Amino acid sequence: MNETASETVTIDPVAIDPIVREAETPFRRFLSDYFESRVAVGSLFVLGVIIFIALFAPIISPTNPYDLASVSILDSKLPPGSQSLSGVNYLLGTDGAGRGLLSSIFYGLRISLGVGVMSAMIALCIGTAVGLVAAYYGGRTDTIIMRVVDIQLSFPAILVALVLLAVLGKGIDKIIIALIIVQWAYYARTVRASALVERNKEYVDAARCLALGNPRILFRHLLPNCMPPLIVVATVQTAHAISLEATLSFLGVGLPITEPSLGLLIANGFEYMLSEKYWISFFPGVALLITIVSINLVGDQLRDVLNPRLQK
Amino acid sequence: MTGTPTLAVENLETHFFMKAGVAKAVDGVSFTVDKGEIMGLVGESGSGKTVTGFSIIGLVDPPGEIVGGKVLFKGEDIVGAPEERMQKLRGDRIAMIFQDPMMTLNPVLRIDTQMIETVLAHEDVDKETARQRSRDVLAQVGIPAAEERMKAYPHQFSGGMRQRVAIAIALLNKPDLIIADEPTTALDVTIQGQILYEAQKLCRETGTALIWITHDLAVVAGVADKISVMYAGRVVEQGGINEVLDHPVHPYTIGLLGSVPGHNTRGQKLYQIQGMAPSLLSLPKGCAFQSRCQFADGECDQTQETSEPVPGRVVRCCHPQVEAAE
Amino acid sequence: MSVFIIRRLMQSILVVWIMSLIVFVGVNIVGDPVDMLINPEADQAEIERFIRDLGLDRPLHEQYWYFVLNALKGDLGNSFIFNQPALKLIIQRIPATFELAIVALLMAVVIGIPLGVYAGLKPDTRTSKTIMATSILGFSLPTFWVGLMMIMVFAVMLGWLPSFGRGETELLFGIEFSFLTMDGLAHLLLPALNLSLFKMSLVIRLARAGTREVVHQDYIKFARAKGLSQNRIIFVHLMKNIMIPVVTVLGLEFGGLIAFSVVTETVFSWPGMGKLIIDALHNLDRPVVVAYLMIIVLIFVVINLVVDVLYSILDPRVRLQDLKG
Repeated sequence: MNETASETVTIDPVAIDPIVREAETPFRRFLSDYFESRVAVGSLFVLGVIIFIALFAPIISPTNPYDLASVSILDSKLPPGSQSLSGVNYLLGTDGAGRGLLSSIFYGLRISLGVGVMSAMIALCIGTAVGLVAAYYGGRTDTIIMRVVDIQLSFPAILVALVLLAVLGKGIDKIIIALIIVQWAYYARTVRASALVERNKEYVDAARCLALGNPRILFRHLLPNCMPPLIVVATVQTAHAISLEATLSFLGVGLPITEPSLGLLIANGFEYMLSEKYWISFFPGVALLITIVSINLVGDQLRDVLNPRLQK
Repeated sequence: MTGTPTLAVENLETHFFMKAGVAKAVDGVSFTVDKGEIMGLVGESGSGKTVTGFSIIGLVDPPGEIVGGKVLFKGEDIVGAPEERMQKLRGDRIAMIFQDPMMTLNPVLRIDTQMIETVLAHEDVDKETARQRSRDVLAQVGIPAAEERMKAYPHQFSGGMRQRVAIAIALLNKPDLIIADEPTTALDVTIQGQILYEAQKLCRETGTALIWITHDLAVVAGVADKISVMYAGRVVEQGGINEVLDHPVHPYTIGLLGSVPGHNTRGQKLYQIQGMAPSLLSLPKGCAFQSRCQFADGECDQTQETSEPVPGRVVRCCHPQVEAAE
Repeated sequence: MSVFIIRRLMQSILVVWIMSLIVFVGVNIVGDPVDMLINPEADQAEIERFIRDLGLDRPLHEQYWYFVLNALKGDLGNSFIFNQPALKLIIQRIPATFELAIVALLMAVVIGIPLGVYAGLKPDTRTSKTIMATSILGFSLPTFWVGLMMIMVFAVMLGWLPSFGRGETELLFGIEFSFLTMDGLAHLLLPALNLSLFKMSLVIRLARAGTREVVHQDYIKFARAKGLSQNRIIFVHLMKNIMIPVVTVLGLEFGGLIAFSVVTETVFSWPGMGKLIIDALHNLDRPVVVAYLMIIVLIFVVINLVVDVLYSILDPRVRLQDLKG
């Protein structure tokens, strides 16, 4: 029984369906969808500010907390808003050694963000490559790779990190390596899942028919279509990496004292908690919090926008 | 007809309020179904037949809303009735069978659980009575060894069996009205035939009214007493089944019947109604079928009123093809 | 079903074995065991005697073999700091950690699921939006910092709850538990809450996502068409469907709780396994580190196994699939 008809009559699509009117590129639609949420836009802005601070910390910091000459024990443990004897205004107070908290936070953001982002990016590259290979070649390669991924993912990140640090020791490079090893599996699994879906689509067969080499198919054709979930995972993972590094530094097994990330700053303030000098731990924590929350909010909105199932 | 009809729908209007505009899924639909009568509600996808079904049972979800008209169930208007009233009616006096048996049954609950709860929701009996009743009804729809099979999970049944279970659930509380939305579309032809036969038998015996929603005229031809043809949210033709099938009056019905394979001689191109169904967001003024109708003219731009060009036949058209029917 | 279990058991044993290899190799090759294990003030003769005693002069695979043999006997070496068997030290601390983790898990579930289901059923209300916003916070806030703040507010400023230690305990089946005493409960509350926050947010989001997906399914609409009450639909039809993903994640996350207790125990000075390992890492107490890692791997493997079995019980589709296969 035939219901739909052939186009023997020319029909003006615009008259029938006004939605078709404006041709939108997918990117423009993505932008307009993203900007629908004020929260997401706000988070993006905040994130931008944080990145700016991290990049330009030495320039915009009111004091340099690591210049031993300018730090004096007489200034230590001053509450927020107080003035030092030399007339410097400490907006957020000072810590146990007399370093200005605001400046320490700026430098700390730099390190926390730097370590977190770098490890996430490298893990992304490694994980993506592995995931693509697993999905594309299938069979035994796939099974073996996914077994490894599954086993690693069945252990919590912090445990894997502890094991690695117990074995590797201290140092900023060791931390980054540990963070990378902790994260790559998430990327691998995500990319493999979407690559598997894409692999079965026709354009891959078409590319194969054109006798394009495998790497080319992988990177030029499969990869761009796996981007959306990858972007979402990347944002969330970066937040996790930053949080994990802070936790490890707080526990004293993370970054060494010469590279004080926010985690270490908070740890330094731990001992002053009971004497009510809360600001030493509080403000770095707030900075950490804002960073992580804004990354997560951006990631949330990205996920909603890029999820094809939730498209109206 | 005798007494109050089981169901009388008067000028029902259900609209969907979406970002892109308002889709008038049901735009002034009227029909009646009497005790023991089987009405076929026929139309292509998008014609509004499923939404009509949901509107009657009160399960239209936002962004959809019934904005006008009446649904008189045994004389009582249930449009806008409070949810408790509707809950009492649903599954008890008015039952609905959905199209896809795969997804209508909850995959993690056993069949007997899903049947017993339907009984217990409406009647104050003990579990064992409910279980017995479920067993009897399952046997009635032709499921062998009902006692053991009841303990199974939906995915352990075949498609045909699952749909029988759905039908059994509809029958549990002996409803006055059953709305069946494409109940046999997902099944193969032999089972379809069986179910059609059983449905007819049932309605004759128990006096249950049945609305059979489908896009397939052939299915409805074998079982219905009367037929309502829907197009773009409106009923365009209504009448006794044999009369409409033998002498269709609305150009759309004529087109539908003409496109059933078998009507043309071998070697000839299959007839198709030209053009496409309009989007429900932007229906033209007046008749929705004009752009595809060979008999259309300026008059068709006016709002179409229903008329009765032949006794017992209601049409919404200004050029009913009374003489052309043969 | 038993085929399923046996297969999973084999996998688990394999994982434990691989972990032992990694740990062994890591500790003995990457670091220099001689430096680590021997008192730096010992003279040459003593060092050589140590090496012979500990078997460090044997080839690596022999060392590993002895390691495994000893491990199976329950001997994972002695702690440098406490001079007691490492295994014993850890096992002593297990009840404290487990108690913390279990209470945290209970909190996450009991509070998280109702909140998540509510947010899924009525996503546009103010309460729902608040719940979701709070869950993002719970998810993003670093646990240790929240712990610090909790101490700040509840212990120091308000003085309502104690800030460290375990408080009084009572014996039950020969093991000490805190929740049996009022004082113990007071000590338990903050750290358990702290530990549970992250998981609670996860549970809320999962429950909400699950609810939103399930609510639109045909079988829910069919349940309504049957005239079932709202309560029945939510608590039976909906719940059973979202429980499956929730249980799976929770089961895996319980392991995460135990691992993460490392942080909470440090902040609140709760005498559990976690605190032990952090101290051991700082003090380079290698035997304890090794013992801890092995035990934790074992715990994890067991948890994963239990979760898999539970999952197959909850989801009848999985059960039967395995019978055929």
